[in-house]
Amino acid sequence: MNADTTLLTKLRLPARAAHLQELRTAVRAAARQSGCDQSLTEQLTLAVNEAAMNIIQHAYGEAATGEIILEIHNNGTELVFRLLDFAAPVDHNALRSRDLDEVRPGGLGLHLIRTVMDTVEYLPPPTGVGNLLQLCKRIS
Amino acid sequence: MDYQVVNQGKLDIVMLSGDIDLYYTPDARRIVLQCLNKKRGVLVDLSAVTYIDSSGIACLVEGYQTAKSLQLVFGLIGVSENAMNVLRLTRLDQVFPIHASLAAALQHGG
Repeated sequence: MNADTTLLTKLRLPARAAHLQELRTAVRAAARQSGCDQSLTEQLTLAVNEAAMNIIQHAYGEAATGEIILEIHNNGTELVFRLLDFAAPVDHNALRSRDLDEVRPGGLGLHLIRTVMDTVEYLPPPTGVGNLLQLCKRIS
Repeated sequence: MDYQVVNQGKLDIVMLSGDIDLYYTPDARRIVLQCLNKKRGVLVDLSAVTYIDSSGIACLVEGYQTAKSLQLVFGLIGVSENAMNVLRLTRLDQVFPIHASLAAALQHGG
């Protein structure tokens, strides 16, 4: 993060499906505050929601009892979304989008994230525990 | 999410509204599959859906595939802009039968 980066939102919430609406509200507000139009705002909301869903369903698993910390930064040219969890480290190389020609339920989340965002990368988590996913989207 | 099911001849019109996300998708899935398991075709009205994520889309794909295996009608009607954008991003707008309205769907035999 450079010196011109502004932290727009920091949200800590339980890693449960019931809290996804709260996360979406925060993403929409940050996107609008940064001048994103309605279409981009909804796409960003979808992508960040999908990333949080992956944490709930795959990182923490069915008995999700952990937390997610979402930070949204504006560095002047990009919106940067950071999602930190405290689950066991995920094998990031094993994460793949599925072939869209194969029509079956599930497996679309990663495709949506990669389609909407410009960069998707895992960073070393600050405390060495969990997973830190960073999603960036150019806004100017 | 709220829902309402309306009978229309051999079809059930499943009207979903609000956000269909990971929290509410199990309800949407149960409703759609209940109708299909009663051997009734299903048209899902998405006109009042404000948000749908990949779990909601998966529920629609499962409904589509179940209907196909049971040789029943399955389609989407009045798809809201937000829902259509997600269908386009996943290219499923080319898979589901999509109709502008219930009248249009009935005209095309569901």
